[in-house]
Amino acid sequence: MPPRLELRGIVKRFPGVLANDGIDLAVAPGEIHALLGENGAGKSTLVKIVYGVLQPDAGEILIDGRPVAMRSPHDARRLGIAMVFQHFTLFEAMTVLENVALALEDEIPFPELERRLLEVGARYGLELAPRREVHGLSVGERQRLEVVRCLLQEPRLLIMDEPTSVLTPQEAEALFRTLARIAAAGTSILYISHRLQEVVELCDRATILRGGRVVATVEPRRERVETLARLMVGEEVREPVRAPQRLAGRAPVLEVEGLSLPADHPFGVALREISFTLHRGEILGIAGVAGNGQRELVEALSGERLAPRPESIRIHARPIGHLDVAGRRRLGLCALPEERLGHAAVGELTLAENALLSAWPRLALTRLGWIRPRAVAAFAGEIVRRFDVRTPGLEVAAASLSGGNLQKFVVGREILQHPEVLVVAQPTWGIDAAAAAAVHRDLVALAEAGTAVLLVSQDLDELFMLADRIAVLHAGRLFPPMRTRDVDLGRIGLMMAGIDREAESV
Amino acid sequence: MDPLTAVLASIIAAATPLLLAAAGELVVERSGVLNLGVEGMMLTGAIAAFATATTSGNPHLGILAAALAGALLALLFGLLTLTLLANQVASGLALTIFGVGLSSLLGAGFVGVPGERLPRLDIPGLSAWPLVGPVLFRHDILVYLGLLLPPGLALFLRRTRAGRILRACGENADAAHALGHPVIRVRYLALLFGGATSGLAGAFLSLSYTPLWIEEMTAGRGWIALALVVFASWSPWRLLLGAWLFGGVTILELHAQGLGLVAVPAQVLSMLPYLATIAVLLVIARSGRLRAPACLGRPFHPPV
Amino acid sequence: MRIGLEPRIERSAAVALLAPVVAVLLTLLAGAILFALLGHAPGAALYAFFISPIDSRYGLGELGVKAAPLVLIALGLAFGFRAGVWNIGAEGQFTLGAICGGGIALFLPDVGAPWLFPLMLLAGVLGGMLWAAIPALLKARFEVNEILTSLMLSYVALLLLSTLVHGPWKDPEGFGFPQSRLFPEAATAPLVLAGTRLHLGALVALLAVPVAWVVERRALGAFGARVAGLAPAAARYAGFRRPRVIWAAMLISGGLAGLAGVFEVAGPIGQLVPRISPGYGFTAIIVAFLGRLHPAGVLLAGLVVALSYIGAENAQIEAGLPQAVGGVFQGMLLFFLLGCEVFARYRLRVYPARRRA
Repeated sequence: MPPRLELRGIVKRFPGVLANDGIDLAVAPGEIHALLGENGAGKSTLVKIVYGVLQPDAGEILIDGRPVAMRSPHDARRLGIAMVFQHFTLFEAMTVLENVALALEDEIPFPELERRLLEVGARYGLELAPRREVHGLSVGERQRLEVVRCLLQEPRLLIMDEPTSVLTPQEAEALFRTLARIAAAGTSILYISHRLQEVVELCDRATILRGGRVVATVEPRRERVETLARLMVGEEVREPVRAPQRLAGRAPVLEVEGLSLPADHPFGVALREISFTLHRGEILGIAGVAGNGQRELVEALSGERLAPRPESIRIHARPIGHLDVAGRRRLGLCALPEERLGHAAVGELTLAENALLSAWPRLALTRLGWIRPRAVAAFAGEIVRRFDVRTPGLEVAAASLSGGNLQKFVVGREILQHPEVLVVAQPTWGIDAAAAAAVHRDLVALAEAGTAVLLVSQDLDELFMLADRIAVLHAGRLFPPMRTRDVDLGRIGLMMAGIDREAESV
Repeated sequence: MDPLTAVLASIIAAATPLLLAAAGELVVERSGVLNLGVEGMMLTGAIAAFATATTSGNPHLGILAAALAGALLALLFGLLTLTLLANQVASGLALTIFGVGLSSLLGAGFVGVPGERLPRLDIPGLSAWPLVGPVLFRHDILVYLGLLLPPGLALFLRRTRAGRILRACGENADAAHALGHPVIRVRYLALLFGGATSGLAGAFLSLSYTPLWIEEMTAGRGWIALALVVFASWSPWRLLLGAWLFGGVTILELHAQGLGLVAVPAQVLSMLPYLATIAVLLVIARSGRLRAPACLGRPFHPPV
Repeated sequence: MRIGLEPRIERSAAVALLAPVVAVLLTLLAGAILFALLGHAPGAALYAFFISPIDSRYGLGELGVKAAPLVLIALGLAFGFRAGVWNIGAEGQFTLGAICGGGIALFLPDVGAPWLFPLMLLAGVLGGMLWAAIPALLKARFEVNEILTSLMLSYVALLLLSTLVHGPWKDPEGFGFPQSRLFPEAATAPLVLAGTRLHLGALVALLAVPVAWVVERRALGAFGARVAGLAPAAARYAGFRRPRVIWAAMLISGGLAGLAGVFEVAGPIGQLVPRISPGYGFTAIIVAFLGRLHPAGVLLAGLVVALSYIGAENAQIEAGLPQAVGGVFQGMLLFFLLGCEVFARYRLRVYPARRRA
């Protein structure tokens, strides 16, 4: 029997990068096949080609043994291919039913569509209310919508792009059970991930991509996680080891007490009575599924939004809730948001200008409101040297750097301001493993030098590796922090879903 | 006709150019494009209608010419912003300046020429009803079109697949593209529609409202139409309400001058529509009902 | 075979510099075609439009007279546009500047030289700022779109001027014409070039260019405004608060427009009349874009666009062309520029045909 999907020699070039370099891949009917690789290896590009969103520069696609031309997602859908995207392709202001209708080829009258939606939802345990508007759905519900939308097309091949990055551990388990049921019914599944544990759990076979090429095709259950990691990254990646810290008796640096803030726009999250204390040299991790107030918390701490009560945020016992960004930076509170381009840095500006961007309140880069270009260049140059940023120069646009290098630059920019407190969100999102390890090492070194670090992350592995204590953020509320060594994955997963049966704090 | 009926009927007429232009721009903006060139398209439509009607003697040909002229200008705008990805605000301003200049140029020979008026079409039966009859059903064809557009668009946007796809392009163009919908083509079509209706709005001014050609005779109505779309929160039914409101302000201004509110100079009364626009924008902003299409004004570059 | 646009990683500085030049050339070409369609010999018409207006001392002076307000206003607009603040109501701010400055001249003539003129200038700047403060407040506090509010206020300002010169400010010895009294000698802008109408305002505009250049490059506030235009979230993160950027952009552009307004009525016009501007506030938008939002570019663009104004007047006299041609030229110029400067951000790419199975 021919493979359900076969790729031969797929090549795809973008300005400045060869994303796919002669990829061969085969997925059998009813097989769950993983596409493994670190960030930037070319996985998303490849599946977008399979789904017809992008056109390959060379190579063939075969469905059930026959070569096909995939010119658009319409072609893909007609051939029985469905895709759940990593960044949801949903329309916030429209209802669940309308979102489903937009993804289907044929025009089905709404009463019939609603009936089918409820029926498929019940069959796979993916219930949804058809008339709700999408902006009111939680992240887990939105993904359910993406999956159900695909299942309604009765696909023969289902592609899933990093589906668990936004789920709690329990939700991920539920998803795996659903996928197993779908595969058992004959649908092939192409499952993209960089998370080795779940691939070993779920998948029959795996194709490993590195630097745009296939380096291996394996059966994950027969391999060790370490082997898979080495194949994915190609070298030993030295992640730091954070020794268990004694926190008793350490001076508190940042105190947050009863911080409440209304949502700043209709789809935002309100912060409710957030309280925690951050000590000198400590790394406190904030866990949580995306969309539970992480952005709002970081902005409330950085000064982008002012707190209603000045005393709700204190540095060295001094109220700062009323101070703006510049004021807080001068007192030693630096922040780094999760969005690299457009928030933490500006793609169209040069590296030198991006260095000035966040450092001007705290370092002597200006005099009486006038910029000192030589001081700025010296600062930017030091960041590049000390943090191994690969760049042709300081005057290139930040957008021309790879994700990993830009992230090393912005993290270095904050570290070289010698902050008392550093609030950092998603520091290793979407970057390659080597750069991620470098960022981790830098953060650990920063904490060892005495800075208090608040690490907001959706990556539980990262938190368990680096954080001394972990607190879970859910719907704008913060569960009390717990010592990392006292906590387990199951309990955190429940808290991330808002459930905490044994309320306990350190 | 008694004075009340006459006033109401004239409000319906005064609202028509605003309705036509704003309805088209509403469709354009819901597809995610911001076309600020409405004033330019309206004026070009006005002169195209006037010139065609007077040279051919047939005002209906003038209507056709106006729609065509508006659509052509919108196509030019589309080329700049959809294919060449130029900044939409700047391109819209360029379109306005160009359209105003073009209309003055083409209209140079038509100043003072008497115009061909659009014939009045009384709807048989309905126009005989008391009050409602003369107010709503004794107008020309463009007024009826203006009244039919909001309900027609409401139906189109809510209930048809094409309308849904249009809304999707304005909400999340990347997602719409990823799902296989032709975002650029949808936006082009929306622009052509908006251009045509803006042209028709201009035609109404030069063929019905005041059958003359005067330079810059739209007097900012194109801009008011843009404000109306915001006031209506991008929903067709509220557009009707807004247009009637502004029609009312215009008529009030005219009659106040006539009724001898002499304490207030004529020019100050003329300020009313513009001040009302600002007031209305402020009110709608404060009410928190402002929900623009999420992709409005952002250029879309389909990945290949 | 398909042709498409591919984003460049780095903006091409070469194309960015060439784009205005190419745009001007394309406009000339389109203009020649337009003249031919209107039944005029293209060569003669272009000459009447672009060359003969400035081949005399007086002509050059007139070029400066028209360019001065354009450059002044466009410098302010460029700052605002870079910050993402779209002040489209410069015409209204220009008018308010003229009203306030002219009011000082008409009602405080006893102040006399040398203080009267500077006082007028100050009043003009403040008047322009005041008029710009309204859309600034509406946007900073209430998120009301500044394009529509500033534009509506332009219409209101023109009507205000009309009210004043038809009514309370009308010259009692003016034979009933809608105009104010002529400004006293001390309230007139001094001439800087004998034999022309070129006045102090042109000098001020010229000096404003290098000042704007230095500020643009080295002032932290200007940097913050530029970030706000590129990435609003990054500007907030960096500590450049949005309301401040909005106020700064509107007040600066409003003040400069008001200054241009008072110079215009104190210089070439000499009094207040209903029509004091051939659309400077609007045309300055074109000047700002043609000059790529850069002070030096604005200066050059201002001269080019000023030429289109006096060229239109001249072509009407010499070649019988309708004056509205000027507006068409300006619109075409902006169109071509917007089309050309796309290629600074994108590259044209030809995608080879693919085998279809």
